[in-house]
Amino acid sequence: MSGERVLIATTVNGVPHQRAVEPRMLLADFLRHELGLTGTHVGCEHGVCGACTILLDELPVRACLLFAPQANGRAIETVEGLARGPGQLHPLQEAFRDAHGLQCGYCTPGILMTMKAFLAENPSPTEAEVREALSGNLCRCTGYQHIVDAVMLAAKRGAPG
Amino acid sequence: MSTRQFGEPVKRNEDARLLAGRAQFIDDVSLPGLLHAAFVRSPHAHARLGSIDVAPALAHEGVVAVYTAADLGDYWRPGPVVVPPPPVEGAVFNERTQGPLVKDKARHVGEPVAMVVAASRYIAEDAAADVAVEWAPLPVAAELAAAAAPGAPRVHDDLPDNVAARVRQTKGDYAAAAKRAHRVIKRRFAYDHGCAQPMETRGVVAHWDAGSERLTVWDTTQAPIAIRNGLAAMLGLSERQVRVIAPCIGGGFGPKIMLFYPDEVLMPWAAMQLGRPVKWIEDRAEHFVATTHERGQIHEAEIAIDADGKILGVKDVFLHDTGAYDPYGLTVPINSQCTLLGPYVVPNYDSAFTAVFTNTPIVTPYRGAGRQHGVFVIERLLDLAARELGIDRAEIRRRNFIPPEAFPYDNELVYQDFTRLSYDSGDYAPMLARALEMIGYERFVREEQPRLRAAGEHVGIGVVCYVEGTGIGPYEGAKVQVQTNGRASVLTGIGTQGQGHYTSFAQIVADQVGVGVGDVEVITGDTAEFQWGAGTFASRGAVVAGNAVSQAAVAVRGKILRTAAEHFECAEADLVLADGRVAIAGVPGRSIALGELAVLANPMRGAVAAGTEPGLEATSYFGPESGATSAGVHAMIVAIDPETMIPEIRKYVVVHDCGVMINPLIVAGQVHGGVAQGIGNSFYEQLVFDRDGQLLNATLADYLLPTALDVPRMTLAHTVTPSPLNPLGIKGVGEAGAIPVGPLFAQALEDALGLTARGVELLEIPLSPSRLWELARADS
Repeated sequence: MSGERVLIATTVNGVPHQRAVEPRMLLADFLRHELGLTGTHVGCEHGVCGACTILLDELPVRACLLFAPQANGRAIETVEGLARGPGQLHPLQEAFRDAHGLQCGYCTPGILMTMKAFLAENPSPTEAEVREALSGNLCRCTGYQHIVDAVMLAAKRGAPG
Repeated sequence: MSTRQFGEPVKRNEDARLLAGRAQFIDDVSLPGLLHAAFVRSPHAHARLGSIDVAPALAHEGVVAVYTAADLGDYWRPGPVVVPPPPVEGAVFNERTQGPLVKDKARHVGEPVAMVVAASRYIAEDAAADVAVEWAPLPVAAELAAAAAPGAPRVHDDLPDNVAARVRQTKGDYAAAAKRAHRVIKRRFAYDHGCAQPMETRGVVAHWDAGSERLTVWDTTQAPIAIRNGLAAMLGLSERQVRVIAPCIGGGFGPKIMLFYPDEVLMPWAAMQLGRPVKWIEDRAEHFVATTHERGQIHEAEIAIDADGKILGVKDVFLHDTGAYDPYGLTVPINSQCTLLGPYVVPNYDSAFTAVFTNTPIVTPYRGAGRQHGVFVIERLLDLAARELGIDRAEIRRRNFIPPEAFPYDNELVYQDFTRLSYDSGDYAPMLARALEMIGYERFVREEQPRLRAAGEHVGIGVVCYVEGTGIGPYEGAKVQVQTNGRASVLTGIGTQGQGHYTSFAQIVADQVGVGVGDVEVITGDTAEFQWGAGTFASRGAVVAGNAVSQAAVAVRGKILRTAAEHFECAEADLVLADGRVAIAGVPGRSIALGELAVLANPMRGAVAAGTEPGLEATSYFGPESGATSAGVHAMIVAIDPETMIPEIRKYVVVHDCGVMINPLIVAGQVHGGVAQGIGNSFYEQLVFDRDGQLLNATLADYLLPTALDVPRMTLAHTVTPSPLNPLGIKGVGEAGAIPVGPLFAQALEDALGLTARGVELLEIPLSPSRLWELARADS
C-alpha cells in the first residue's frame, strides 16, 4: 500500500498547494499534517461528530470521509481562512465569543464552518432552523444553548455566511 | 476598568485562539523525527494469552519497533491505585490494577497486548493488523449481577470471587427506625451511566532529549503534576527531568484523569528506548474500550417514612460494577453512598455496597462520578412515598429538607475525600419554591395537564432535588506576578479542559491587581511552570485553585502598594490601584504604571533591605478543610408520543446554588453542558455489552450523544449561600447539571404516560424509546 503517490493540486483558504500523497490519505490528515492547518479537528473518523467539517467548493463536507485526492482541483476553506487577518475574528467567530458559544473549543471549527455555509443559505433563521442545521455536529461541553445563541446573534448582526 | 470584574459575565480570554483554530491540542504537537504508535488490542473480554508473532509486523517498511509485555522487562508493573480505599471500619478492598501490556490474560476487550511504532500512523496500523496473537478464550463475567453470583468466572484468578470491595456505612439505627415506621417501601433500582466521550479522544506525545537528559510528555490528562511525579518514579528520573504538558484539552469530564493508562507509560518509555519522539492518538473506536467508563449499579433500597411523609431512615444494599481493574479505588460507589442522602434529613441510614470485577473496561469517575446513582435511588423512593401517602411530590421533598439553621450539617459518613460528610451551608426550600414557580408547577398540574390530556396529549412534569459535594482538597497553588509589560500572569498546576479557567482565574486577579481581565495571562497544565497541585476533578478547580489564586493576588496587591508607597514616599492608604496604574489619591499626575513598578521591584544594583524578595510576585496555596456542598433543583415538562416513545422536552428549569459565582456566563455553560450529558445518560446513551463482553455499539453512530435537537433550551436561576470554607465563598458547579436528570426523566415520563395508574414504575436508567415501550406494556 505504501509507496504509491498521486499528485494533487488544491487551493486552501485561497493559497494553492501541490503535494504528492498516498491515495488513501484522508483529507483531514492532509490538511492537518501535510499542510499544517491543525485548526480542523478530528473527532470520530467516521463522519458522525462533524468536528472536521470544512468547506469544499463552498459546501460543508467531513474531511474524515474524503481522501485527499478527492480534493484535487477544488477549493477548500478551513477555520484558518475565516478571519480577514491575524488578530482579527470573522463576525461569526465574534458572535461565538460574545455568546460563550464554546468551552473546550474542539468541536468549534467544524461548527463554525457548518454554520457559515448555513447562514449563507439562510441568513435569518429561526431557532428551530439553527438547531436542525446544528444537529449534525456534536458538542459535549455546551449543551448547545450558547451555540444556538451565538448563531442567532451572528444572523441578527448580519454576519456574512 | 476600575469596576469589579469578579462576578461579571466576562467574555473569555481563551476564545480568540480557539475560534481561530490556533490553539494547540495534543494531535497538533509535531516534532522532528516523530514516530507514531498503534496498539494491538485484545478482541476477547477474557482470554489467556498464548504466543505473539511480531515478525510480520516488523517486515513492514517504516516499522521501527514492535513491543510486547516481554520487552518491557522490569518496567512492566501494575499501575498505582490513584485513590486508596477510604478509612471505613471493616472495609474490604482488593487492589488489582492494569499493566501496560497484557502479560498473562486479557480481562476486557480492548486491553492492549502489543504496540507498533512506525514512521506514520497509517503504517503503524497496517503493521498492527499483522501482529499474530494466539488467544485461548475463557468464560466471561460480563454482566454485573452475574459476575457477583457464586461460581461466576473469575476476573482475577488469585481471588476467590469477583469481589473488589465491600464497604458498609451507617448512621443512627435503621432497623429501629423501620420498626416504628408508618410505611416501609422497598424497590430494586438499576442505574447505568455511560462514558464521557469528550470530542477530543486521548493522546500522548513523548520526547526524550538525551543531550539534556530531559523528558517532555504532552498528555491529555486532567492531572499533569501527578503524571509527572508518577513517570519520574517509574523511569528512575528526578521530577525536574520530567516535564508534563497538558495542552488545550478537548473536554475531560473525568476519564482523562486516570493514572496510568497503558499508553501514558509506554510512549515515554518507547521514546527513551528509540531516542526519537513518539506520538499516539487514540481513535474513536479505541476510545470506547481504551478509555474508562462509569457504568452501572444495582440497588436494593428501602425507605422508612412516617405518616406525614417524613423520612425515618433509608437502607440500601448495592452492587457496583468496577470493570476489570480498580485503579481509582472506591470514589464512584462512595459518592453514590454519600450523595443518596441528598438535601434531606435522613436520621437513620444503613448503606452497604459490593464492588464487583467484571470483564469490561475499567470504571472510573465520569461527570457526576456515582452521585447520579444515589440521587436516582432517593428521588425515586420519595416519589413512591409521596404516591403511597397521597402527598404532592414537591411537598414531600419540602418537608424533608435540612433546615437552613442546621448547617453545618453532619451526615456522619466518610466522604470520597476521606473527611466527614458534612454540608457547609445551604438553603433548599427557596430553591424548590423558585423552581416550581419557574416551571409553573401548580398551574400545569391543575389546568394545563388536564386540558392537554383531554386533547389527547401525553404530557408530564417532574421535579427533583440534589446536592453535590464539590471543591475537595487536598490543595492547589498559584503564583501571581506583575510583569514588566504591565500585564499580570497566573501560574497554577491544575490543568484545564474547557472550563474557562483562563478567564475565571484572571477575573480573580484583575480586581486585586487593578488591571483588565484581558491583561491577565493564565498559564496552567505545564509542570515546568508550576510544580505543585492535584488536578482538575470533583468540581474543585474554581474552589481550590481559585482561592489559591485569590490569596496570591492579594499578596501581590500588598507588594504593589508597598513598592509604590516607597517610590512616592507616601502612605499606602493614600494610593489608588486601578487601570494598570498606582496613583496618589487626589494628586493629579502623580502615578506610575504597574510595569514600571515591576522594574523598580527588581533592582539591578545596590543593597536591599534584609528579607527583600524581588518582583511583584507571590505564591500561595489553599486547601479547604473539607468540600463545599452545592445544591440544585431541576424541573421539566415533557410530552411523549406513546407510539414512538420519543420525548419532547417543552420546558426545563434549573435553580442552582454554587455559592458566590465568579462568572455567571461560565456557570451557565457548565450547567447547560451538564444537563445535556444528563439527558444523554437518561435517554440516549448506553454501553451495550453482549454476554461475551463485546461492546456492541462502539461508534458514535450507535452510541447516541444528544444533539442540538435533543437538548432543550434551559432556563436557569441561582440562589447564593456562600461557602464558609473558603475566603471567596465559592462552591463547585462542574458536575451539577448532570446529576439529577435520570430521576427527573423517570418521574416526568411516568407522569406523562400515566404509568403509575397502571402499576408501572420506571426504576431504571437509561430509558430509551424501545425500553419505554417494553416497560409501558409490561402490565398488558
